Amino acid sequence: MNTPLLVFNEKGIYCEKAKVYLDPWKPVDHAIISHGHADHSRWGHKKYITHHSNVPIIKHRLGEIIVTGKEWNETFTINGVKFSLHPAGHIIGSSQIRVEYKGEVWVFTGDYKMEDDGVAVPYESVKCHSFITECTFGLPAFKWVPQEQVMTDVNNWWQQNREDGRTSVLFGYSLGKAQRLLKYLDPSIGKIYTHGAIENMTEVLRPQLSMPETIRITRDTKKEELKGSMVLAPPSAQGTPWIRKMVPFVTASASGWMTFRGARRRRAIDKGFVLSDHCDWQGLLQAIEGTGCEKVICTHGYTEIFSRFLREKGYDARTEETQYEGEIGELEAKSEIEKDLEIVKKTPESL
Amino acid sequence: MKLFSELIRTLDSTNKTTLKVEALTHYFEIAPDKDKVWAIAILSHRRPPRPVNTTLLREWATELANIPLWLFEESYHIVGDLAETIALIIPASDNSSDKSLNQFLQEIIELKKLTDMEKKEYLHENWLELNYYERFVFSKLITGSFRIGVSQKLMTRALSKATNIDEDILAYKLMGNWEPSKISYTQLILEENEEDYLSKPYPFYLAYALESEAEELGKVSEWSAEHKWDGIRSQVIIRNNELFVWSRGEELVTDKYPEFQAFINTVPNGTVMDGEILPFPKGEIGTFNDLQTRIGRKTVSKALLEKTPVILKVYDLLEWNGKDIRERPYRERRELLKKLVKDMDASEIPLFLSESLAFSSWEEVANERQRAREERSEGIMLKKLDSPYLVGRKKGDWWKWKVDPLTIDAVLTYAMRGHGRRSNLFTDYTFGLWDEEKNELVTFAKAYSGLTDAEFRKVDSWIKKNTLERFGPVRSVTPHHVFEIAFEGIAESKRHKSGVATRFPRILRWRQDKKIEDANTIEDLKALIP
Repeated sequence: MNTPLLVFNEKGIYCEKAKVYLDPWKPVDHAIISHGHADHSRWGHKKYITHHSNVPIIKHRLGEIIVTGKEWNETFTINGVKFSLHPAGHIIGSSQIRVEYKGEVWVFTGDYKMEDDGVAVPYESVKCHSFITECTFGLPAFKWVPQEQVMTDVNNWWQQNREDGRTSVLFGYSLGKAQRLLKYLDPSIGKIYTHGAIENMTEVLRPQLSMPETIRITRDTKKEELKGSMVLAPPSAQGTPWIRKMVPFVTASASGWMTFRGARRRRAIDKGFVLSDHCDWQGLLQAIEGTGCEKVICTHGYTEIFSRFLREKGYDARTEETQYEGEIGELEAKSEIEKDLEIVKKTPESL
Repeated sequence: MKLFSELIRTLDSTNKTTLKVEALTHYFEIAPDKDKVWAIAILSHRRPPRPVNTTLLREWATELANIPLWLFEESYHIVGDLAETIALIIPASDNSSDKSLNQFLQEIIELKKLTDMEKKEYLHENWLELNYYERFVFSKLITGSFRIGVSQKLMTRALSKATNIDEDILAYKLMGNWEPSKISYTQLILEENEEDYLSKPYPFYLAYALESEAEELGKVSEWSAEHKWDGIRSQVIIRNNELFVWSRGEELVTDKYPEFQAFINTVPNGTVMDGEILPFPKGEIGTFNDLQTRIGRKTVSKALLEKTPVILKVYDLLEWNGKDIRERPYRERRELLKKLVKDMDASEIPLFLSESLAFSSWEEVANERQRAREERSEGIMLKKLDSPYLVGRKKGDWWKWKVDPLTIDAVLTYAMRGHGRRSNLFTDYTFGLWDEEKNELVTFAKAYSGLTDAEFRKVDSWIKKNTLERFGPVRSVTPHHVFEIAFEGIAESKRHKSGVATRFPRILRWRQDKKIEDANTIEDLKALIP
């Protein structure tokens, strides 16, 4: 038996035939990147390949890098191995990576969701033999409600806070969640303000997505003008001096973790909206079934539980340790910026 | 039920006390009387006896969710709350029930009498008929008490706003044993009720921990100092030749302590004392560990009574000659208490006065605090001599000045995932100390609090990379990290592998400066036993 087409080593998911890594967590020569979140697109690789709509995102995050943009379904061959990118529906520019060699097909999902959110190009099912999937929310307790319903709740919440004379502070990742929320906020209720980290990323994405107008909060922003407005902030802004400008305010978080009452209460957030850019339980099962695969490898999330369930259903399923984090940042108030800093700090010794 | 689950949803959507009180007040203004009684009961942790055991509940919920039982168990472990797990895992529904809270609770009470088949049918039917929040509330009514960030104090404040009855009076009305299914709202809240008076305790006054310097409290002569006994805070009532013993958790525990029956003919009727139940093996005060053998038992065997008898150390008098004297200054209440104990033949009954210690300077108080452990106490209680006996936890007149915890340096050996927000993180740790030859680490305590979120994240990520073995949710890890563990008390124990039981162990700090060789030994720990 030959080495599998894709293996997991200390640097990432590796295709030996092509000498290429998928979403590596340590610096390598050739990296194919699924999407722009910090745990999937790290600093320090010599060459990056990714979907062209992700190019401005990783350039914004990682600075001057050598990167090639590809189209959906565009096949490119490296050392005889065929690669192509397919929409993952997670955030703008997020792809699944399809790898084919001598008729054997593997698909690596990166992060993905099944719901069409009107922001990312919707998930496309790709037939394969082996499916490498995330399972951030791989527990039957996770069940998403349609986005339309969640966004109606968000807008109603904002409206009510405005009537009560309070500012609404809504937490979400500065890449992805923030723009998804922004797109569906109702600007007829009031003005929408943004934290600098979110504003910067939103500027990068405006050419690709139409969104309501936003105002960056700066030192000169007056406390009075914020009253009754909506403020979009990264989770790390909670409990910082920055937020005091919004007093009196009410906080909310939009994340899959808000399913758990404890997650919201322990972070001392007032309101939780269950809105995720990952699959829920049924979504994962549906995706796996759709691929027609025999083998499943679970990379991050409730991997052991989920793979055991799949084995009982007759799949050849197992877990591989990776350094992907899923939606943890929205749970743990750790920003992408902080994550980036950590990676930069770590890099010199690992180089 | 719609109103009540809407209330719970509102309480759940805010962390702000004013908004919570507002929501509760609104509920008390508009809910039907019978529902109000139940809401008060539930929010003061009175619930009907559990009609179905949790094993069956899990099985039946799993059946409805159409998943394997182990997957339910894993989910429960991560969600951390049974009712919430059930509400999440059963297929979603947009239905809503028109039954009132009272109706649901009457049904739950009746449910206990039905056969398992009937119970299952009832639960399946109702789970499917309720929306997520109602289902959560319904399951919570069946499984256990509500912990939704509403203290009894907060609830009482809202009730006071809705009824215009003074908070302290309401607190008193809500004390003791009342049956939500039998009492009406008028009887419980609005009417004066003489019948209940007999067994009714007063709300406890609770002290805050002293965080500033003792000197800042003013003159030492204005304060009474006494040892802070490490037992069960209790109120003992003798009225009409009957005895009632209440624990601080408002539980009537008279039957657990038959020793106190002897009070009836010695302590005068119309007496209510505040004090501490303490273990008294071999004629001296024991450890909290000794008391633990008594706490769980409903009936006490003769052998246990002989091995671990209890006494009552009294420190305050709330009712004297049938009169409520809580308004009188502490100085006076103490005098009356002293006289009361002196006048009765206390030598025949297990009743002792908690001595008031005389000090001329704060320095002397501090010295006495240092030797608290020798007295088997937890520190010093400071009470202002001219203070009345207040209701609940109030700052200013009473302070507990606990002795510094004992500490020891131990090695992290096992880790388990936390609950709720921590469900993705390994935050529940087991710690070991070296055996005599420093060959092996012997487990001595578990702790899961004391680190910051950032530290927990770091330790978690280290654990994930340094796991040796997995046992279900537990992982053993490479011995590498040393933590300073603090605990309140220590005693010998046959039940623990280390031979030692510690009280309230928690992580004081992460000793990244220490190597595992520097950690303490079991012998070091045993040397701390008084």
